[in-house]
Amino acid sequence: MTVAAAFFYLFSCVCVASAFMVIASRNPVHSVLFLILAFVNAAGLFILMGAEFLAMILVVVYVGAVAVLFLFVVMMLDVDFAELRQGFLQYLPVGALVGVIFLIELVLVVGSFVIDPALVKTPIAAIPPASEMSNTAALGHVLYTRYLYFFQASGLVLLVAMIGAIVLTLRHKPGVKRQDVARQVARTRDTAIEVRKVPFREGV
Amino acid sequence: MAAVPMFALAPALPEIVLAASALLLVLIGALRGERAAGLIEALTFVALLVAGFLVVTQGGERLETFGGSFVVDAFARFAKVMTLVGSAAALLMSGDFLRRAGINRFEYPILILLATVGMMMMISAGDLIALYLGLELQSLALYVVAAIDRDNARSSEAGLKYFVLGALSSGMLLYGASLIYGFTGTVSFAGIAQALQGEGHAGAIFGLVFIAAGLAFKISAVPFHMWTPDVYEGAPTPVAAFFAAAPKMAAMALLVRVFITAFPGIVDQWRQIIVFVAIASMALGSFAAIGQRNIKRLMAYSSIGHMGYALVGLAAGTAEGVQSVLVYMAIYLVMTLGTFAFILSMRREEGPVEGIDDLAGLARTQPYAAYGLTILFFSLAGIPPLAGFLAKWYVFAAAVEAKLYTLAVIGVLASVIGAYYYIRVVKIMHFDDPAGAAFTPMSAGQKVVFALASIVILILMLPGAPAPLNGAALAAARSLF
Repeated sequence: MTVAAAFFYLFSCVCVASAFMVIASRNPVHSVLFLILAFVNAAGLFILMGAEFLAMILVVVYVGAVAVLFLFVVMMLDVDFAELRQGFLQYLPVGALVGVIFLIELVLVVGSFVIDPALVKTPIAAIPPASEMSNTAALGHVLYTRYLYFFQASGLVLLVAMIGAIVLTLRHKPGVKRQDVARQVARTRDTAIEVRKVPFREGV
Repeated sequence: MAAVPMFALAPALPEIVLAASALLLVLIGALRGERAAGLIEALTFVALLVAGFLVVTQGGERLETFGGSFVVDAFARFAKVMTLVGSAAALLMSGDFLRRAGINRFEYPILILLATVGMMMMISAGDLIALYLGLELQSLALYVVAAIDRDNARSSEAGLKYFVLGALSSGMLLYGASLIYGFTGTVSFAGIAQALQGEGHAGAIFGLVFIAAGLAFKISAVPFHMWTPDVYEGAPTPVAAFFAAAPKMAAMALLVRVFITAFPGIVDQWRQIIVFVAIASMALGSFAAIGQRNIKRLMAYSSIGHMGYALVGLAAGTAEGVQSVLVYMAIYLVMTLGTFAFILSMRREEGPVEGIDDLAGLARTQPYAAYGLTILFFSLAGIPPLAGFLAKWYVFAAAVEAKLYTLAVIGVLASVIGAYYYIRVVKIMHFDDPAGAAFTPMSAGQKVVFALASIVILILMLPGAPAPLNGAALAAARSLF
């Protein structure tokens, strides 16, 4: 219990601190790196809650793909963030006002939030306790059986997305040199080598 | 059920065949490149015919698979046959146009095929997740084909506009679906219907409004119609012909299925939405089309109006109402395919033309085409003995039986006003002096679709001829109640 609590405070402190550094650091590349740190710590928090599948997805998708993409964009576009921030103080009062309104609304909502007991009794299948089945196993049990249709249909949707991206953007440029293995293999001595009689002492 | 052991996924066999042939055709296209475009077009057509055959031979009973997410009943079969007819006809008449425009990419028929799979999944959807996945599969393929002429700015604009607005409507639909799930605790249509018995379901009605908005976008009904004229005009004509037929049929079938099977307990609440959408669509379809000079834009407004008339039948909320919606959509499909087969053939030596003025004097230069088109336009207008009149008669009769007198009267008035612009086109064809040289001859595919559509509209005039269509539609409608 105390170990878990210690880890919870460690992960959450690092997470909040790195989230703050994302907006506070002067160098955009550092911002993205802090964002990755925040994601990893959030994944740690998920593991502490027993949601190991979400934790893995967070690391694989957000850290592995999205954050790296951000990093590429930030490094390639060379945006001058110092310049972008110049008008910051000008908009601060409006931004602060909106923020305060949101905070008040959030407090009101959370303060009065009650789940109707009539709604709670509806789950169709009982949720097995975490000690019997992990999240990942539970998802695996239904993904390829109960939800096979949706899984396959999503596959078709992704196929259409891929075909669409290729149809709309791929262009075959005429001047590009491509490797054609069949042509390379089909080369014979006759097609590749030209033997010339060079007159003696005259050069080519 | 007899004791014949049945392959568990058999109800979805047509969809499985279509999806597998799409995968195979992608492979052929990837290996053989653009040379395979003609072959792939032919094979896609064959695959659609095979799927149609499989749908027809499935028998009459209600089948379910994938745990109730996929439902095949008489309603689904009727709508699927119509959708397949729409896709196959659009494919048959578009090849020639695409070849001349230099955009006969091999991906085009494959995307049409995948969109058709999506439409059939929509029609058979038994819960909200299946609904959304089918809709997204169809819409994504449609976004891409709208922009398939990628070097043309207008086509790209059409694709982009359709994509952005379509994504917005999908968002609304999902928001509504999440509310419905939250308030009823289930995504299956049968479960939702069970949860919504009795009084007081404010939260679910809130979700229903968003679902109605998302689906109204897909059938281009009025508050969500803005994309239609621009997309029809900007997209290549074969794509507009496809958009006007099969996706409308599938989305209308989905709308009917969701409202009738998932929300039978709150008919009075959703009837208000449908009545409003129907009146607004009929009015806009009648008035906004009057000033159009481009025949594709005219057809866009015409399709908006026709969706309004079809929704009049749904507003009745009865089996007869649903029957009239199905008959209306079937006749609309035939009329619009025939008209677009002609629009696709509007081409002079210098290239395709789209102006209504270009039709001037058609009766003198191409009398057969002019008479065929006259039949189709009179039918679209709903002039009495023709099929379009029958379709309107059924929906208004269903509305009157459900005591929606105001709606029926407004519908009749709107169709009288709408008749003006259809008859104006007929007048230009028959009484104006020829504007230029005759159009180049129609391709074989366009001739087949145009002639068949005109003949079907004429045959439906004979006494007793609409009976099989009515019977099939009635059996389909009964299977929902």
